[in-house]
Amino acid sequence: MIIKDTVCPFCGCLCDDIEVTVEDGKIVATDNACTLGTSKFLGDHRMKSPIRRVGKEWKEISYDEAIDYTVDMLLDADRPLLYGWSGTHGEAQCVGVHMAELLKGVIDNTSSVCHGPSILAIQEVGHPGCTLGQVKNRADIIIYWGCNPIDAHPRHLSRYTRYANGFFLENSFRDRKVIVVDVRKSQTTNLADEFVQIKPGCDYAVLSALRAIVRGKGDDLPRTVGGVQREQLFRIVDLCKKAKFGAVYFGLGLTMTAGKYKNIRNAIELVDELNRHTKFTISAMRGHYNVYGSNEVNTWMTGYPFGIDFSRGIAFYNPGETTAVDILARKECDACLIVASDPAAHFPRPCIEHLAEIPVVQIDPYANATTAFCDVQIPVGITGIDAAGTAYRMDGVPIRTKKVLETAYPSDEEILGSVYARIQEVRQP
Amino acid sequence: MSEILIKNAYVIDPISGVNGETMDIAIRDGRIVEDVGGGAEVIDARGALTLPGGIDSHTHICGTKVNFGRYMSPEDMRAGRTARHGYMHATSGYSVPTTYGNSYRYSRMGYTTLLEGAMAPLEARHTHEEFLYTPLQDTMANALFDGNWSILEAIRDGDTKRVAAIIGWFLTAVKGFAVKLTNPGGTEAWGWGKDVTCIHNPVPNFEVSPSEIITAVVKANEMLRLPHSVHLHCNNLGKPGNYTCTMGTLGLIPDLNKKRQTLYATHVQFHSYGGSGWSDFCSKSEPVANVVNMRPQIVIDMGQVMFGKTTTMTADGPMEFNLYRLHHDKWSNHDVELETGSGIIPVLYRRKNLVNAVMWAIGLELGLLVKDPWQCIMATDNPNGAPFVRYPEVIALLMSKKYRDEEFATVHPDTESRVPLPAIEREMDWYEIAVMTRAAQAKALGIVDIGKGHLGVGAEADVAIYPVRADEVDPAVDYRKVIEAFGKTEYTIKRGRVVSRRGECLVDGNNTTIWVKPKISEEYNMANDPDFIAKFDRYYTVRMSNYPVQDEYLKRNLCIETEAEL
Ligand SMILES: [Zn+2]
Repeated sequence: MIIKDTVCPFCGCLCDDIEVTVEDGKIVATDNACTLGTSKFLGDHRMKSPIRRVGKEWKEISYDEAIDYTVDMLLDADRPLLYGWSGTHGEAQCVGVHMAELLKGVIDNTSSVCHGPSILAIQEVGHPGCTLGQVKNRADIIIYWGCNPIDAHPRHLSRYTRYANGFFLENSFRDRKVIVVDVRKSQTTNLADEFVQIKPGCDYAVLSALRAIVRGKGDDLPRTVGGVQREQLFRIVDLCKKAKFGAVYFGLGLTMTAGKYKNIRNAIELVDELNRHTKFTISAMRGHYNVYGSNEVNTWMTGYPFGIDFSRGIAFYNPGETTAVDILARKECDACLIVASDPAAHFPRPCIEHLAEIPVVQIDPYANATTAFCDVQIPVGITGIDAAGTAYRMDGVPIRTKKVLETAYPSDEEILGSVYARIQEVRQP
Repeated sequence: MSEILIKNAYVIDPISGVNGETMDIAIRDGRIVEDVGGGAEVIDARGALTLPGGIDSHTHICGTKVNFGRYMSPEDMRAGRTARHGYMHATSGYSVPTTYGNSYRYSRMGYTTLLEGAMAPLEARHTHEEFLYTPLQDTMANALFDGNWSILEAIRDGDTKRVAAIIGWFLTAVKGFAVKLTNPGGTEAWGWGKDVTCIHNPVPNFEVSPSEIITAVVKANEMLRLPHSVHLHCNNLGKPGNYTCTMGTLGLIPDLNKKRQTLYATHVQFHSYGGSGWSDFCSKSEPVANVVNMRPQIVIDMGQVMFGKTTTMTADGPMEFNLYRLHHDKWSNHDVELETGSGIIPVLYRRKNLVNAVMWAIGLELGLLVKDPWQCIMATDNPNGAPFVRYPEVIALLMSKKYRDEEFATVHPDTESRVPLPAIEREMDWYEIAVMTRAAQAKALGIVDIGKGHLGVGAEADVAIYPVRADEVDPAVDYRKVIEAFGKTEYTIKRGRVVSRRGECLVDGNNTTIWVKPKISEEYNMANDPDFIAKFDRYYTVRMSNYPVQDEYLKRNLCIETEAEL
């Protein structure tokens, strides 16, 4: 059986044109998907049942036992942390927010360790953006800054930019200019019409130089800025101003390097400046397929996109204080529920050491680096494969992922719903 | 079976022709009935003002743009926090509250039905997701068609039936309620950083003008026999001298519908400006109100501005950028492929700012100068003119010349030479306020027949009981009592259940989403139209099969099916 127009639950591109071939209850082939998506669809070695650590051994337990453990752990905690969320659907994220509120816990998602600084910049200066189709149909100049889409978002170029023909661009490859700004050569820089190689840590200075040129103050610039020749900077500004529609996409190379949120703020202000001359937009290359969805869900339910502390009953937000790594590094957290993410692969060592000391339950279909720090792991259906649900693309467009396989695994929403119902019995009789 | 008997209610129910009668209201299973048995729960209203549940026919509460307003504004979230208690979840936000914040605060003011003013079809799923977390009001959404490429092309080809067919397909697909045009043509031009100036300026690349878009879509709307008329946000919002454009637009509209208006023009305050620039900026509410007075086919809402902080958000992307260039705070923009745009900026309306003071006056003037209250609806374009929690003050200003004069004494001194407000003596009565806050909305939206906006037998039992004796209080003098009463009901009853009691929300509600589905012949079914499908495949970034909002997003819902002339 071939299922058309399936949604790929891998990256923030959320490609929805995948053809999946299912035979004997297994996915045997995919069409249109990139290698990352294909490996997710064809993934194997899923955990068979919930497991619990007993001494140095893992013991298989039932779903009921796993839920009991989770409920007891959360009810017993003074400062529970509910973390992850970027790899699951919105319906499960909503249950998570309600649960954090009732437990007076902290809920945070993976953006606090990826595009969190981008969000802080947006909260200062706003975000001139657009949907991906607006870029595909109109943009005659694309700037990739501090990202390598060929590696991380493989179909971004073919669906939306370099190779995507659009309404006003009949021959995209010829009519669109692609500029790539990075500290080193990559597969993406090879495709650029213009590669701007900057010295590590100099993004802020280069952005400031570009802003100065756009404002007609370029004469004061030195011969090179951040390793980039003045002439190249002027050439880029000229290309941008002459463009009919420009789109900047940035990645963690801009967000997580020296300057952090100030870099993003500067980039947004450059785009803002360019809008006084032509049309320009800027957007983050969001990684996990539904990390943006967890920002959206948290925002309509609590007012804030990540790092929300309910310990005083109200929703309190102070990144750097109420974010997962900070709560763990300060050893405040005394129980942790991890959903659809792998913090042990990304968090600083002191945080992981603290995770090893406290009770941890992970809800995830696969064993991962975090499994080693868990007391219980509960395998679930994979959203977009054996569970359906809502995901938000990197540009904010919501798409319903499909269930293409019938398996016995419960969804994240079902497991969390059972845990929440049990917590309600105690805390809200 | 659940039964409630409201005794000793001082009822004003304009649709049923009731103006200040003390009576009992019987409710069974969510509907108003003739009478109930002896076992019914009794609520003694003690002569308090009792109205049909409030209806907001133009507000921004759910969806991509609203949520981005929250996302970019932690300072606004901090300005309106409440902790979880009882059945009430924690809330955040002042001008753009969280979904629970909107729902509880509207409920406390007696509102039971809300229309989201602008939903981009591509992002409709988001609006419906937030509706699920707006538990205490029935909800519906205007779908945006101002820059829809298929429609612009059909208009260019002079094919109004095709325009109707396309609108029908989209409305059904996205579970929308009505047709919204926001700065028609301007949002498409904004795709290139441009705008249209008034209604005769052609849209780049599509060779149609805003006036052609408006007239064609108005005709198409009637072909589809939709409950609501076209809902229009005129071109040129917020620009000095734009009143001529507004009057020209209203002049385009024929009278095509016997039951209701043919055009709903929203937040007309923002479109009634005189002057050639900011230095001679002035009110043109009089000529605009006169046009409305002469044309029964037009209904407007005020778009009242109130002084203080708020957040502006609209599909009108170019307007928001212009506004940003005046305010310089922060600016978000979000163009939606093939459909529309949007922008958001925070603003502070100041009493001592002459332009802001003139804007404040214009909204009230429209309310007072439009003779028939059924033609001028009370709204602030929440949160653009002010957050909806300011409605009680707007009501009091309409009811009390004394209050207006006291406020007027605090605004920029030059305001007097720019506006007619101080010379207007009219003071609205309770009946007129009941029209402007629920009955006119129900009629304009075309939802009287499904039991909205009135308390006649068979109506939905949505009732608001306000703690004020309308037969004893003189609103022109005791305007403080008016503000207090409309700020917090004694009881808000939704579908026969008490959902709010003195500001405390009592149950986790279960709202109804109301949407429309025009029945269209196979010949005009766009799902089979090769050209429509080919364009969809080529230019949208979402597959046509994944585009429609799935049934999973509508829990409780009411679909109004219409017999289209197609
Ligand atoms: Zn509006």
